[in-house]
Amino acid sequence: MKSKSKSNLMRSVALHALLTPLAIIWLFPLWMMFIFSTMPDYGIFSPDIIMTPSTSFLDNVRNLQADTNFFGAMTISIVVAVIYTFLSVLLTSMAGWALARYRFLGQSVVIGIILGTITLPYSVVVIPQFIMVARNFHLANTWTALIVPPLFNSLGVLFMRQAFSMMPGELFDAARVEGVKEWQIFLRIALPLARPTMAALAIILFLASWNNYLWPLLVNSRPGMMTAPVALGTLIGLTKVSWGGIMAGAVMLTAPILIVFVLLQRHFIAGIAAGAIK
Amino acid sequence: MAELSLNNIVKRYGSLEIIHGANLDVKDGEFVVFVGPSGCGKSTLLRMIAGLEDITGGELKIGGRTVNDVEPADRGIAMVFQSYALYPHLTVEQNLSFGLRMNGNPKTDTDRRVKQASEILQITELMQRRPKQLSGGQRQRVAIGRAIVREPQIFLFDEPLSNLDAELRVQMRVEISRLHKKLRTTMIYVTHDQTEAMTLADKIVVLRSGNIEQIGAPLDLYDNPANQFVAGFVGSPKMNFLPAEIVEKQTGSITVALQNLREVRLSLPINATQVKTGQAVTLGVRPEHFLEAGRGDVDMTVDVDVAEHLGNTSYIYANIAGGEQIVIEREESRNTGNRDTLTVALSAAKTFLFDGAGNRLR
Repeated sequence: MKSKSKSNLMRSVALHALLTPLAIIWLFPLWMMFIFSTMPDYGIFSPDIIMTPSTSFLDNVRNLQADTNFFGAMTISIVVAVIYTFLSVLLTSMAGWALARYRFLGQSVVIGIILGTITLPYSVVVIPQFIMVARNFHLANTWTALIVPPLFNSLGVLFMRQAFSMMPGELFDAARVEGVKEWQIFLRIALPLARPTMAALAIILFLASWNNYLWPLLVNSRPGMMTAPVALGTLIGLTKVSWGGIMAGAVMLTAPILIVFVLLQRHFIAGIAAGAIK
Repeated sequence: MAELSLNNIVKRYGSLEIIHGANLDVKDGEFVVFVGPSGCGKSTLLRMIAGLEDITGGELKIGGRTVNDVEPADRGIAMVFQSYALYPHLTVEQNLSFGLRMNGNPKTDTDRRVKQASEILQITELMQRRPKQLSGGQRQRVAIGRAIVREPQIFLFDEPLSNLDAELRVQMRVEISRLHKKLRTTMIYVTHDQTEAMTLADKIVVLRSGNIEQIGAPLDLYDNPANQFVAGFVGSPKMNFLPAEIVEKQTGSITVALQNLREVRLSLPINATQVKTGQAVTLGVRPEHFLEAGRGDVDMTVDVDVAEHLGNTSYIYANIAGGEQIVIEREESRNTGNRDTLTVALSAAKTFLFDGAGNRLR
């Protein structure tokens, strides 16, 4: 017993010795972002290395708001991310359900194509997508342009398909024998059982939308229709760059996500692992 | 309550035929068991009756109505699955009422049916639990309850006891039997366990490779198996098959000798025109049909390998000179285990004979 607890302790010490430097390397930029967000611009460029927060955070926020209407952009980001996440989880669940539970002609071809789109780099897709949305459909600077094009997420479809495939088929056969309609089976049995997977997917999709920079920059560049990351980007000018404001904006973009992740990390990891185990 | 009839039912997946024209009539209120080794098509046949598998050919009638293209829910059936298939996110009560609620059944009627089913199965105190908080036996009861609330004309059971331990299986078997007596509804039950088949069924359907080998009452199958497969499948421990040869033909009878023990010769009364001398045949003897030495038609000495004493009976695993292992059941033989050899008797009246293709000659 004694030697066992001793070896556990040793393992724990070794693990911490390995992980602590990694955590510091990962957290250091975040910490510096926070420090810079509390400093006036001239302080950021001072030759001294300052590791403790200063007092100019609110001034930076005020400047940021004056330069870019950042809170307006944040609101757009939140609305887009929420609607996008909801619609995308719904769509990918429906597609995943169909691919997992119904047999139809050309099914393997459809799955193959969806799998194939994952291998395409985004930079290959983004130009044709932009031409289609902005030129053919005249949707630049609209909510539709922000939300709809990225909705169909092939990774999400495969993620949900996997979750539904692993549910025992007898469950749905039992419902069919009971006369439960197909849409009721999906809504009342399959979706509630897929809740952990859907939660994990929702977090991934929300983050993807929240952090998305390139697509909103391309289609929604008009002031008043910008998302927060795009608004922040406009602060980088040719002559003057307001680093204090940018860092304050970055903190406001990062903090909510970080807090939510810390609170939900157990569910998040459980949802991801649910796809891997049994 | 309804009768069921299968007329030349065929199931094909692409070019692969799984069920080759099954014919069966089930009377109203009858308990029919489909039995056979795994892969014989018994579950497929049940799922075709349920409407969960399409019928490729033939006609399926329930209560006189052709239901080939009728949705599962409109066939008047309820099904109990091997995995119980309970909805894990719903309580027992919600599980029982789910189908009725989804179909817009009036609440008072749903409540009445759920209450009645829970009383029949004695699960009233489990109603607010979720499936994972139940034992295997309790889950099985809930699964049966979910079938009862549908008030079906026919119950379908797909290997419902195979996930339970041996003791619980016996207990649930008795309960299902009791339920059938109480409800008097037609029941179709699939199992690979011949003991379940023998104990539950009014009528057994033995399947092999998509063919119905024999249909009959349990004891009919035991006494009069149609062929070597049914003979080997019904009865526990299974029938011994001893390679033999026809050595002599007389009018109305033949004499066979065991291949590895030529001195053991048995005269069997069969029509000798259908066989010829020198033909290889198989002699079938059930373990319980070996008699005390001197009490049968011919004695046979075997080498005792292992003896299992169960108290009321013993199973003796023995080898015939050539090597085939046979099982002999003895009612009282507490000291057989110490012997090296054992002499038993064969009786022509308790012996079956099969030809090379497994067809029964006697």
